[in-house]
Amino acid sequence: MLLQIVLNIFIAFSWMFISNSYEFGSFFGGYLIGLLLILVLRRSFSHRFYLLNVWAVIKLILIFFRELILSNYAIMKVVVKPNLDIKPGIFALPTELEKDWEIMVLSNLITLTPGTLVVDISDDRKLLYIHAMDLQDIDEAIESIKNTFEKAILEVSR
Amino acid sequence: MTEMLKILFAVIILFGALLSLLSAIGIIRLPDVYTRNHAVSKSATLGVLSILLGTFLYFWVIEGYMNARVILGFVFLFLTSPVAGHLISRAAYNSKVPLWEKSTQDDLKNKARSTKGKVSQ
Repeated sequence: MLLQIVLNIFIAFSWMFISNSYEFGSFFGGYLIGLLLILVLRRSFSHRFYLLNVWAVIKLILIFFRELILSNYAIMKVVVKPNLDIKPGIFALPTELEKDWEIMVLSNLITLTPGTLVVDISDDRKLLYIHAMDLQDIDEAIESIKNTFEKAILEVSR
Repeated sequence: MTEMLKILFAVIILFGALLSLLSAIGIIRLPDVYTRNHAVSKSATLGVLSILLGTFLYFWVIEGYMNARVILGFVFLFLTSPVAGHLISRAAYNSKVPLWEKSTQDDLKNKARSTKGKVSQ
């Protein structure tokens, strides 16, 4: 992915030298031409076309914001409610992510999800220990949210 | 038009202040460290974020002065506050702060025991 970006910038600079104009406009034009070339030649790279990764990152950021707002709504409801009928607890979540930064992003996302907070990560990085605000009714819903998060992160690193 | 925008930004900032107030109430009301941590690491984050966003938008749109440092603060806060929440609750667990008595389940207990066994061996 990095190779493709560097190559694209290189093509943009070549375009600037060819057209002999050194402005942002010609850099941008060259960048678009490089994008087209890489799209045509995408078979010869080992990774997929890198705009897909960029799109996956944007989607992940949007998920981040949506979850932050939803979790605030959930917390607000618990705090304002007159009687405290929550059942907190710690459960273990198996994860298939392997790289360190992926686990970091996943646990940040989980911490910002409604009612969950990462307490610990097992030494072999296979289990995340998560403190949940209200275990009984969220447990399965949370699992499904995790699946969407994990999928989104795997999509970025593919 | 500018009046409308001013009101909108005021609403954003007031919303942030309200969220901060709610997280403060959450600290007082919730029963143990972990649930309090929930309130702080979420509501306080979004509260400060929306205050920053309202300030940034006000100075950008009304005064025509764009301050990129506010955006940087935005990003840094977004990255660091969940990590801080995680570290505080982890430190609390490792120094054996008990869960609330109504807690239903504790999977981490098994892990703590098994590692302790390894250390004693």
